[in-house]
Amino acid sequence: MIRLSGVNHFIGGTQILHDISLELPKGGITALIGPNGAGKSTLLSLIARLTPLKQGEITVDTLKIGACADRDLAKVLAIMAQSTHVSARLRVRELVSFGRYPWHRGRPTAADDALIEAALARFELLEIGDRFLDEVSGGQRQRAFVAMAFAQDTDYLLLDEPLNNLDIAGARGLMRLLREMADNDGKTILIVLHDINYAAAFADRIVALKQGRIAALGTPAEVVSNSLLRDVFGTDAEISHIDGRPFVMV
Amino acid sequence: MPVSLSGFLTDPASQQVLIVSRLPRTLAALLAGAALAVTGQIMQILARNRFVEPMTAGAGQSAALGILIASVFFPASAIWAKMGISALTTLIGSAGLLLLIRPLPPTQPLLVPLVALVYGGVIGAVVTFFAYQGDMMQFLGSWLTGELSGVLQGRYELLWGAAAAAGVTWLIADRITVLSLGQDAAKGLGLNVALVSGLGLAAISVTTAMVVVTLGAIPFVGLVIPNIIARRMGDNLRRALPVAALSGAGLVLVGDMLGRVLRAPFEIPVASLVGIAGAVVFLALLYSEPRRG
Repeated sequence: MIRLSGVNHFIGGTQILHDISLELPKGGITALIGPNGAGKSTLLSLIARLTPLKQGEITVDTLKIGACADRDLAKVLAIMAQSTHVSARLRVRELVSFGRYPWHRGRPTAADDALIEAALARFELLEIGDRFLDEVSGGQRQRAFVAMAFAQDTDYLLLDEPLNNLDIAGARGLMRLLREMADNDGKTILIVLHDINYAAAFADRIVALKQGRIAALGTPAEVVSNSLLRDVFGTDAEISHIDGRPFVMV
Repeated sequence: MPVSLSGFLTDPASQQVLIVSRLPRTLAALLAGAALAVTGQIMQILARNRFVEPMTAGAGQSAALGILIASVFFPASAIWAKMGISALTTLIGSAGLLLLIRPLPPTQPLLVPLVALVYGGVIGAVVTFFAYQGDMMQFLGSWLTGELSGVLQGRYELLWGAAAAAGVTWLIADRITVLSLGQDAAKGLGLNVALVSGLGLAAISVTTAMVVVTLGAIPFVGLVIPNIIARRMGDNLRRALPVAALSGAGLVLVGDMLGRVLRAPFEIPVASLVGIAGAVVFLALLYSEPRRG
């Protein structure tokens, strides 16, 4: 379980997050949505200890953020940051292999290699495993980063707008892989999404943020409503329902 | 004095030339080349940019500044003490560059080498000013233009330290490669980013200072070799660093040999030859850079 209580955060005197308290149970996909500047990425990077926590408390299972060692948290929680700029020229297989780093700390064993191959197979990257990252498509590249997080073999997986720059096939493919990881591998996934429809279609829970506060929390059917679009996103799009899932008509 | 193979076997004077001068010179070229190529590659990971290398990006000039400070204020100090002061100024100079380029957007990869060149130029200007004031210009030339004509037994051994410092980085090659994923991703993997960056920076500083103290600055080895290797086999340092070391050693050795042959009996400094060749290759690399924009 990820538990936040009384989390405030300031950047340069501006309050980005206001007294966030939240409990995310183990299992399933939680989507973090909200307009630009609502504090979604900040919240994610606080949970992943990429931004130092100043006020409030965050725990992931028994680990207290800010107090636990980076390497211990790295075995429990993986984060795929929004910017995946890699300055070095790496092969897809090499990138995925770095997911094992928290476990072997530079001395990979045969078991690590097996897990890397399994991750490559799982994300359909075996054929391009020996290609350089700058030689594969955007979708393949993004899959390689998720495969790296998968190879990290953590219970919790945090992703910050992984659908950026993906076409519809890439975006749906990635969301389906995440769904599978939640359903078959028991992963707990927290994902920042820009597109409400992807959140409504693939997530079990939605947390909507507005100006650093939690505006709504619940299943997609509970959260995605005309009032949410109006009050949180400031737009008045229509909502229809398909198989009980809400769908925003854009 | 010419040394022939048969002379080496029979003539004690030839043997002495070989052991006191020729062998050290060859070893110095190999050690310096290997160390420069390796630290160039590490600098590029730390700076997250392909087009920087310590010698032209402030580290070389900072090393010269350190020797200058040591020569002016502690003229009687031993060579290793001068090296220590030089390594310290190099460390400060390289760390300064990394801080300076941190806010630059990764989408503009050419900004970093530009800033680095200006930064190196500014430190170089400061060094020149004080050298001029202190009437030490002739020494300055020997620090800023590396050459091996002065290498003799007993006067190059610091370079073993440079090669060792570069070699140590191979032990943490994986960790340094992880840094190339970016600070956030590296921290997410539980890497101690500050510690690994610090170790890399220390290796760069010690190596640069030792090479500048012993031979003088040799530019472009740390730029050209890692770039060519990255194209051929990528940047996984555990595999790339040994190849970089061998290639760098070969480049400086060939450069030194050419420098002795081209205008014999005069010598062209290896720094000048490698600099000219390196500048041409650097331009070619800039224009043929196919990825990232």
